[in-house]
Amino acid sequence: MSAAGNGIEVEQLVREYKKGPRAVNGIDLQVAPGEIYGFLGPNGAGKSTTVHVLTTLLPPTSGTARVGGHDVVKEGPKVRSLIGVALQEAALDPLLTGRDHLRLQATLQGVPKERRKVHADELLERVGLADAGDRKVQGYSGGMKRRLDLALALVHLPRILFLDEPTTGLDPQSRTAMWEEVARLRREESVTVFLTTQYLEEADVLADRVGIIDEGKIVAEGTPAALKAEIGRPSVHAIPEHEEDREKIAGFLAQFGEPLATTRDVAVRLRAGLGLTDIVRAVDANGVRIADLELRAPTLDDVFLAKTGRTLEGAQEEAEAEQEERRA
Amino acid sequence: MRLWNVISGVAWRTLKNALTNPQIVIPTMAFPLFFFTAFAGGLSQIRHVPGFGFPLGYTAFQFVFVLLQSAAFSGVFTGFGLARDFEGGFAKRLLLAAPHRSGIVIGYALAALIRWMVVAVFLTVLALAVGMQVGGGAVDLVGLYVLALLVNFCGFFWAGGIAMRFRTIQAAPLMQMPVFLILFFAPVYVPLELLEGWIEAVATVNPVTYLLETGRGFLAGDPPHALGAFLLAIGLGVAFWTWAFLGLRKAEAAGA
Amino acid sequence: MTALAAALASPSLSQVGAIARRAIVRTARQPASVIPPLVFPMALMAVNAAGLDSSTELPGFPTDSFLAFALAVPFIQGALFSTMNAGTDLARDIDTGFVNRLALTAMRDWSLLFGQLSGVVVLGVFQAVFYLSVGLVVGVDFAAGPAGIALLLVYAVIVSLSFGAVGAWLAYRFGSGETIQALFPVLFVFLFISSMNAPRDLIGVEWFRTAATLNPVSYMIEAVRSLIIEGWNWQALGLGFGFTIAIGIVALFLASRALRTRMTRT
Repeated sequence: MSAAGNGIEVEQLVREYKKGPRAVNGIDLQVAPGEIYGFLGPNGAGKSTTVHVLTTLLPPTSGTARVGGHDVVKEGPKVRSLIGVALQEAALDPLLTGRDHLRLQATLQGVPKERRKVHADELLERVGLADAGDRKVQGYSGGMKRRLDLALALVHLPRILFLDEPTTGLDPQSRTAMWEEVARLRREESVTVFLTTQYLEEADVLADRVGIIDEGKIVAEGTPAALKAEIGRPSVHAIPEHEEDREKIAGFLAQFGEPLATTRDVAVRLRAGLGLTDIVRAVDANGVRIADLELRAPTLDDVFLAKTGRTLEGAQEEAEAEQEERRA
Repeated sequence: MRLWNVISGVAWRTLKNALTNPQIVIPTMAFPLFFFTAFAGGLSQIRHVPGFGFPLGYTAFQFVFVLLQSAAFSGVFTGFGLARDFEGGFAKRLLLAAPHRSGIVIGYALAALIRWMVVAVFLTVLALAVGMQVGGGAVDLVGLYVLALLVNFCGFFWAGGIAMRFRTIQAAPLMQMPVFLILFFAPVYVPLELLEGWIEAVATVNPVTYLLETGRGFLAGDPPHALGAFLLAIGLGVAFWTWAFLGLRKAEAAGA
Repeated sequence: MTALAAALASPSLSQVGAIARRAIVRTARQPASVIPPLVFPMALMAVNAAGLDSSTELPGFPTDSFLAFALAVPFIQGALFSTMNAGTDLARDIDTGFVNRLALTAMRDWSLLFGQLSGVVVLGVFQAVFYLSVGLVVGVDFAAGPAGIALLLVYAVIVSLSFGAVGAWLAYRFGSGETIQALFPVLFVFLFISSMNAPRDLIGVEWFRTAATLNPVSYMIEAVRSLIIEGWNWQALGLGFGFTIAIGIVALFLASRALRTRMTRT
């Protein structure tokens, strides 16, 4: 079995909440040992629920999931000893210090007593918290908490790492540092990484393969390059100089490809064989003025758009609006 | 061994929190001492009420109640901590890290026990310092403290069961109020024979009455129904243990 | 109380009203802060009255109904709860920036203070009516009659105003709800080391009797208790009202000063 080492195998996984929609609606996925798998989707798509099931925090309603060769329902303790997890909310005790957390985590995970202290020092050093290790967590910044959380996930040298939106809310610098550490873990320690994210760039930069999830289903899966190649054609985005020209521009651009739903500009996905020069000529011929004209290579957002009919950002806003509504 | 790791880890963390953050723990330590002072001091004349038959005086009479009360409430307050951990998400970390999750519950129970033991030491010293008389021998006193220990387990497993079902600190009144009521619907201030009306009817069927009378009996050296009281306390302990572990299953099924 | 006089004479009365309304609505929408002050003192009274009923057989106990003796306690205990609630709510206002927002309006600081306290008083009277009704329903006789009941309600206004001012002072001074919650046990100490459960001359332990005699809460309880079990005991009433009003004046002074500091500081 491919997942016997450090892989993940999921078949027809379903998780329903009481009085709620199916958060995860029959997904299949395989993560190879030593691979970084990026799970991309808007808020509420089912990313976190999937992570909760795979990490034994939540039993599935139906379907099976094996992590490191062990069934998450029947062999929970074995799965937990193999995996390291950093959840979206860092789940730290504000009254304990960083070092206390490491000590607790190491004890719970059964790290031999004599190794606990050395190990804690190493990890604090590695995540850049050596100086803050003896301070209570209530004084940590968001970025420090995330880094501590990562250190805690690594305390027992897990073979498989689950990172649920590890960089949400981080500043660009901390984000890059987190990416470097994740890449290093895979490169130097062959750790399998299952990473959820709502950031296209993160999936693009880090992941060997990406699964795109929307409304509980995987709508696309593959390497970022393959997914983008599947969309294949670039898009052209024009910003009219005068707002009243918008419709006219949309009208003649339509002959070059199918229109894209965007808010700021007028855009089409170019038909094969056409290029920017064709557009420029048409702009001239129609006598309109363009403030900005851009040719864009396909992105994962285009993949998302092609598979779900909405942009990732749009889906995100919808999800947030829905949450608001539920709260009200 | 792995189970002991989990138990000791969880207990260590709870006690470390208590030690380094006295504002959390001092009130819960001080309350029993205060109740003892207020009851034993303010109501001492009650020993002159006709029919008050306890031989060791009012301080000893109240001491046993406050000892059992502190045992129960050390358990309940530890249950609050568990509820807060679920509310704040820390319980997820424990559930994820612990290969054997039953160790989490037992670890909290161990913390509750240690917490209570500290209170019990202070309380005993205070009682002896203000001249409490003791009639029972060593075996009787062991009996009294073991009985209180069982009450401590019951208090924690009751509250922990609630905490894991509701997973929010807003369930605190639900953990606390029933314990408060069952304790006070017992012969707290005067012996059962002096109670009248509805409180007499309630206290007669209240299992705490049984434990309290036996505890007072131990202190006086003449426990009225020692075996029955222990069987009762162990029975309640098993029932609340089951209740707590079913609660853990519920929390696991709900995804913490 | 010049501030009160000024408030009553000024158009800012509407500001006071607005703040008071908000305080009441806010409390009414949090069952957790309405129900415990009603239920908890009643539960404690029921338990104590049942458990301690036989202490009325002690020679010199002033009544043969412990319930009548104990009914005075909820009035003071409820007021202590008001202190906590007022303090916690105000601390939250400081925490959320509500006080800052008011500081930017034309609102005067004493309008804010009296607005909040009016809310506390309304709730205090509501509580008092509740305790009184429970007492009457369970058959407690009021020795001082209807006039005594009226005076008791007046006293409820004064006592909730005074204790509310203590809460406000703590909130303005410390600005943290947690600090105020942490002071809760201190209030309990005042309540329990008093003549709450026994008349002072029947407290056998000497230091306890001395502490209860020095504790103003004893006199507050005894004033209410005298109306219920004795009738018109002018000495008890004088001491109870006197202490309450004195605490109120000092607390209002401290609260308004702390508020002024806070509103200029923030």
